[in-house]
Amino acid sequence: MIELLLFYVFAAILLFAATVVITAKNPVHSALFLVLAFFNSAALWLMAGAEFLAIALVLVYVGAVMVLFLFVVMMLDINLAPMREGFARYLPIGALVGLVMVVEMVLVVGSEQVNLIGATTAAAAGEPMSNTKALGSVLYTVYAYPFEIASVVLLVAIVAAIMLTHRRRPGTKQQSIDRQVRVHKEQRLRIVTMAPEKRD
Amino acid sequence: MAELTGLVWIVAKIVALVVPLFIAVAYMTYAERRVIGWIQWRKGPNRVGIQGLLQPIADAGKLLMKEVVIPQNANRFLFLLAPLFSIIPALAAWAVLPVGEGMAIADIDAGLLYVLAMASMGVYGVIVAGWASNSKYALIGAMRAGAQVVSYEIAMGFALVGVLMAAGSLNMSEIVQAQQGPFWNWFWLPLLPLFIVYWISGVAETNRLPFDVAEGESEIVAGFHVEYSGMAFAIFFMAEYANMILVAGLAAIMFLGGWYSPFHGISYIGPIFDLVPGTVWFCLKAAIFLFGYFWFRGTFPRYRYDQIMRLGWKVLIPVTVVWLVVESLFILTGFGPWF
Repeated sequence: MIELLLFYVFAAILLFAATVVITAKNPVHSALFLVLAFFNSAALWLMAGAEFLAIALVLVYVGAVMVLFLFVVMMLDINLAPMREGFARYLPIGALVGLVMVVEMVLVVGSEQVNLIGATTAAAAGEPMSNTKALGSVLYTVYAYPFEIASVVLLVAIVAAIMLTHRRRPGTKQQSIDRQVRVHKEQRLRIVTMAPEKRD
Repeated sequence: MAELTGLVWIVAKIVALVVPLFIAVAYMTYAERRVIGWIQWRKGPNRVGIQGLLQPIADAGKLLMKEVVIPQNANRFLFLLAPLFSIIPALAAWAVLPVGEGMAIADIDAGLLYVLAMASMGVYGVIVAGWASNSKYALIGAMRAGAQVVSYEIAMGFALVGVLMAAGSLNMSEIVQAQQGPFWNWFWLPLLPLFIVYWISGVAETNRLPFDVAEGESEIVAGFHVEYSGMAFAIFFMAEYANMILVAGLAAIMFLGGWYSPFHGISYIGPIFDLVPGTVWFCLKAAIFLFGYFWFRGTFPRYRYDQIMRLGWKVLIPVTVVWLVVESLFILTGFGPWF
């Protein structure tokens, strides 16, 4: 009973937050509501017994990705007027994408296997093994190669991102930290002995 | 009915944890001022009550009376919400910390991940406060804090990955149980480089000296909370200290054997030391780190911003990666009493 109530509370906040993300005028507000949406979907996953996924969602998306998003959005001085232009022009393609997503979601959520509220009992009926342990043991044994391949793909993406920004710029004054650290007192400090001045 | 009593029991546990925590936060401010006074050869607060022991209460009273000034053109809603963003994660993370044997509020299997998730959320308070204040200094402070916390989280996370490899579990109680025995059985010894990296990044994560560029009184006034006054400022202050205690408590659990006494398992002396409750050992171990915070503050000058970034990315993260490889060799060969 309480679980059902909590489910609807979290789901309602999730839907509200997700709506505000796309309707809010201020991009910073949008980003913060996206954080709220992530948080509520994590709560829903937690209720469905997927504790690892829920915590990973908070850790990765709320803790890292959205912080960087917010970072960028706050630094940009976004002019809203030109962004509102061409709403009618992009409406058909936007509506098409939205429709496809709705159909996909109905197919997934409406299917027989997915039963969010009942999942807790289903997990409890199986082996007494926690979600985190089960996921780890499957990921590193059965799916070890796909897992490794995925990590290599991510590594390539990191290297590519660094290479895009890593261009040679002549004329920049680079600091040599080693030399800064290695300085001695004698190189920087001159102790002057002065005779005390007499007051007239 | 059973649900209701369960709920009451959980609330009672939370109160039993949070009340001592707030008292500890209040007296940390006093201890810090006294310790730094001692380091700098002056007295520190010693007038209110015996030896100044009522100073934190006087400070709290003063801050409660003060007006919370909201700057013009500030985002009023987020401005008032930001202090909560910073204190809630600092308190929520305590839910999984075993302060004694079997004394965690929630003994969950993904405990370590939960702590990392909560710790990573603390930065929102700083960023939102800096943006909502509509002030240049506050925004600069928020940007610095954001970059710094995100960078040092990686080093901290890697250091804790080493702990979970050694313990073979994400559950906080099982991590402590894996260190059962006298003090040379604890993880600080085989994971010494990770322990040091954790300590440094813990100081950086809480934006404390020598990494306090987010506040930087001498350059950006007070950084992200320059516009805050009264109770709103006090909540930021409490969140900072609650975070320090959290990092110290985590260090005690991860590297210093949590609730075990330093001589646990040695014949004759071991049982005598075991008479002291585990919670006392836990608090003493955390106190070592808390004293370290004060000591660093009294000793080191503030780092330059680019040097902080360099230290985090180019020194600490490579050290952790190398030591994770060494540790896997330890585990493969079953090295020492630890693996």
